[in-house]
Amino acid sequence: MGRGLGGRVTSGGSRDAVPGAGPPKMAVCIAVIAKENYPLYIRSTPTENELKFHYMVHTSLDVVDEKISAMGKALVDQRELYLGLLYPTEDYKVYGYVTNSKVKFVMVVDSSNTALRDNEIRSMFRKLHNSYTDVMCNPFYNPGDRIQSRAFDNMVTSMMIQVC
Amino acid sequence: MADTVLFEFLHTEMVAELWAHDPDPDPGPGGQKMSLSVLEGMGFRVGQALGERLPRETLAFREELDVLKFLCKDLWVAVFQKQMDSLRTNHQGTYVLQDNSFPLLLPMASGLQYLEEAPKGCPRPRFLAFTCGLLRGALYTLGIESVVTASVAALPVCKFQVVIPKS
Repeated sequence: MGRGLGGRVTSGGSRDAVPGAGPPKMAVCIAVIAKENYPLYIRSTPTENELKFHYMVHTSLDVVDEKISAMGKALVDQRELYLGLLYPTEDYKVYGYVTNSKVKFVMVVDSSNTALRDNEIRSMFRKLHNSYTDVMCNPFYNPGDRIQSRAFDNMVTSMMIQVC
Repeated sequence: MADTVLFEFLHTEMVAELWAHDPDPDPGPGGQKMSLSVLEGMGFRVGQALGERLPRETLAFREELDVLKFLCKDLWVAVFQKQMDSLRTNHQGTYVLQDNSFPLLLPMASGLQYLEEAPKGCPRPRFLAFTCGLLRGALYTLGIESVVTASVAALPVCKFQVVIPKS
């Protein structure tokens, strides 16, 4: 799976990250959509343009549905949960992931961030899936409600871009 | 995984506790049904959580039969440490899952005392309500609405009937 880009790209000088913390986290917006296509959780970092991200996630749902139905007709035995790049825009790229319970995760990343590799996105989605499963197993959580778990919030924060 | 007996004790207590609130043993429609639906509701919520956690990695469920097979194998092993013994279907939305030694009924099967009560049919539904809810919850998370009922013919053998209405 590794695309073999060689060594990791270290963060640029302008970012005052902790030395040795690894590459900067990259997502700009993360959304969890229920199977009935309403948002369970949506968060974006530059909070001024929130509406733009909401709209982007909304339009990406069509692409997700297309991919799911295309997969259904495919004869391949191994159908993946990770849907890959849904569509690129000028500034952003949108990735998708669907679970067995038809809950969709949508992630918007900055296009200028070319260091982000496919398997990193996959691992971010896997973390999201695991945290979502934990939320689901919480007996105080009613399936279908908005996700208000702090643990989930913290995990998402750790994946989002660090805006100084 | 913790000792399986822990879940069995918890389950027995749940049933006993909910039944204690309903002192009248004769089937009065109000109280008894409430306890059954509370138990079933608990099983439903647990089933939803398990349906989310258990299936791994691949979108493996192409059709209903695959989902039922998942229930019989993975779900049953995770909860009761054994697989379901048989799965039958009429290919029109009705599935009968049979377990020849259902762990939650095993403690009752080993004496003659309860065998006499068996024909009355009275104690059975409350011990199976949670498990019916469990199956229904897992099916619901995987996208299938269903009605699950259970019946006991001879003591440790028990059958769960899943009816999936055609939409």
